Amino acid sequence: MTRKGRRAALVAGMVALAGSGVGVTLYALSGSVEFFMGPSEAMARGMPVGRPMRLGGLVETGSVTHAKDGTLDFKVTDGKAAVPVSFKGIPPDLFREGQGVVVEGAMGGAGTFRASIVLAKHDERYMPKDVADALKKQGRWNDGAAAPAAAIPAASPKP
Amino acid sequence: MTVELGHFALALALGLAVAQFVVPLWGALRGDARLMSVASGAATGQFVFVALAFGALVEAHAASDFSVRNVYENSHTLKPLIYKITGVWGSHEGSMLLWILILALFGAMVARGARGGEAIRSVALSLQGALGAAFIAFVLATSDPFQRLWPAPREGQDLNPLLQDPGLAIHPPLLYLGYVGFSVAFSFAGAALILGRFDAAWTRAVRPWALLAWTFLTLGIAMGSYWAYYTLGWGGFWFWDPVENASLMPWLAGTAFLHSAIVMEKREALKVWTVFLAILAFSLSLLGTFLVRSGVLTSVHAFAEDPRRGVFILAIEAFFIGGAFALFALRAPALKQGAIFAPLSREGFLVANNVLLFAACVTVVVGTLYPLVLQATTGQKITVGAPYFNTLVGALFAGVCLLLPFGHQLAWKRGDLLGVTQRLAVVALAAVAAALVLGAAHGFAPATSVIAAGLAIFVALGAFLEIGRRAFGGGFSPALVIARTRGLPLAAWAAFFAHLGFGIGLLGVAATGWGDEAIVSLRAGDTAHVGPYALHMAAFDTRKGANFTADVVRFDVSEGGRAVATVSPARRHYPVRNMDVAQAGIVTLGLGQVYVSVGAPDASGIPVRAFWKPLVTLIWIGGLVAAFGGALGFAGTLSKRRARKVFAAAPLPQAAE
Repeated sequence: MTRKGRRAALVAGMVALAGSGVGVTLYALSGSVEFFMGPSEAMARGMPVGRPMRLGGLVETGSVTHAKDGTLDFKVTDGKAAVPVSFKGIPPDLFREGQGVVVEGAMGGAGTFRASIVLAKHDERYMPKDVADALKKQGRWNDGAAAPAAAIPAASPKP
Repeated sequence: MTVELGHFALALALGLAVAQFVVPLWGALRGDARLMSVASGAATGQFVFVALAFGALVEAHAASDFSVRNVYENSHTLKPLIYKITGVWGSHEGSMLLWILILALFGAMVARGARGGEAIRSVALSLQGALGAAFIAFVLATSDPFQRLWPAPREGQDLNPLLQDPGLAIHPPLLYLGYVGFSVAFSFAGAALILGRFDAAWTRAVRPWALLAWTFLTLGIAMGSYWAYYTLGWGGFWFWDPVENASLMPWLAGTAFLHSAIVMEKREALKVWTVFLAILAFSLSLLGTFLVRSGVLTSVHAFAEDPRRGVFILAIEAFFIGGAFALFALRAPALKQGAIFAPLSREGFLVANNVLLFAACVTVVVGTLYPLVLQATTGQKITVGAPYFNTLVGALFAGVCLLLPFGHQLAWKRGDLLGVTQRLAVVALAAVAAALVLGAAHGFAPATSVIAAGLAIFVALGAFLEIGRRAFGGGFSPALVIARTRGLPLAAWAAFFAHLGFGIGLLGVAATGWGDEAIVSLRAGDTAHVGPYALHMAAFDTRKGANFTADVVRFDVSEGGRAVATVSPARRHYPVRNMDVAQAGIVTLGLGQVYVSVGAPDASGIPVRAFWKPLVTLIWIGGLVAAFGGALGFAGTLSKRRARKVFAAAPLPQAAE
């Protein structure tokens, strides 16, 4: 093969390689993108069974029940809609009724969201960003609690 | 007063950094050696003043001076002293100051000890000065750790309990030494492009720094992964969390750089590519800093952040990354290309290594940034799930594992693939056999675990074959073997340990597919079963720490009726922040671990999540072994002359490294 021909083959090969790489990447991305929604939005858009997604909102007061086999059932609500969630495992330390949570998982067959991971608001400053955003969106964000800096005396001018 | 001195020292450091940026660069462009020689002094001075500033902040934290806002927000009088000190980098402001301190440290070390010639070193130091100036300005303008409070509060708000952990004490400094260490390769690449001088000597000057950075980054990632493993209570060691990915991206680019730099040094080939990787590794470190520090990401690490910081950091990074790649685009075509080589050679396989590592790097970058881009353009919030990363990075690394032992055995220029295949056939058979044995012991599902275990063992045994071949290549007489082993350059041992560690770590990762998990609700006296072990809930206890109380649950672990260990998970309560933190109980049995975490008691008992994780410790042992290899490589670059002398005395069949 001539030098030119070899170069052409090399370039063609690299383009093919890069192209297939991009193709595979996009395919893999399309399969594992998880949407983040609140309950109302999720209800409106529909949640296909088995499709991984993340759901954010507040734990509905009075909805938490513990089963003997370690399963935890509760509802995630944004005040307008609520989605029943079932989680087998230990919830995070600050998982409480009325608190913000994000659950990762997928809808099960029986209309219950099967969560594989539950993220909760950890403390005022350390929390999943999605929880904070979800709370802000729902108007349940308390700026005073969220930014302790606001509650302390203002900084003095430099001495 | 110390605090004001610290603040002032930081401002002085900014002035020196600006001088370090402007004067030597101007000198280099005008060919004035006197102006260029300013670089070293300025770099040392910058380090001294940044160190003073950092020391002042440490002092304020250690003394619990709550008139400093940063101390008030992150400390408490009852906090143990060690966490008062490490808490300095537990906050955004303090960790940025640590970042700058390490940048200045590398600048001072380059000023004292870097090779590569006066001109290159001065320009590289000038670029380091530019980085220092930008980040010190960032800290002073948006993240001032020395801000005072008036009136001073009596008591602080304590550090986030999750961060009061020995893991946090060492993880960020290691990670930053890695991240920031790549800035030296970045600055040298910029200097080479500006001066148009780029040759094997450049590579020799940069490689020690890149090896040092790589070693620390490897340690930092391994540490961080173990910290997440025992702190988060999910038993996972890697979550493909954006902040973790931020450390993996420069690691992949840096690993590719170290390999392409070998080709560059030996064969004067891959010049443009090597300089590209040098720029890329640190650019990705900067990107990681932006992702972590701007708060734009959904992450378990994300803190509520000030949006101005994000804009400021983004501007700094757009300037440096954009500037570096613009310079690269302008000047790289002028670099003379080196030798052309056959694909079936060591350099050919190193190219394949680079293609695969680079592809893995791009995969991680795409998966990490795609949610940001989508949210910015459509407002849709998504995350990219672990399957994406596992599938693509897994497939690419399978390729790396298959090719690695071949590449390592091949000679430079034109290798004998048939001979290498014959040698490796035994190793491959042994790896398959070992994978089948492991599969028989732990189950053949998931198949990916068995395959990955086989590949990992192939890599590890391949490393032994290579070092053994070089030790025993001259025959089996003990005296000769000892002489040859002693004559091996440190670089050969570095490659051996780095590849061995990679194989060991991967075996640990493969084994995560095996093992067992139990989620149950237990009362005192109940027993749970996980893998071959029975966990008997034996006793409760309350312990009091300096700034927390802990409810401890003791489990007796037995195997086949024989008691083997006890494990004591706990729940800590930190009253200052009114925060509960679970502490997993972990016991190492052989190479595996039993891992237990407990939840808050409810009506049906105490929720317990228990894992049996066979071989899991290999993940971090592998990381340590690989980092040891990196350290040996670094040591090897220091004593090159000695190594060469020994090398000449006992010539090897091929002068390969």
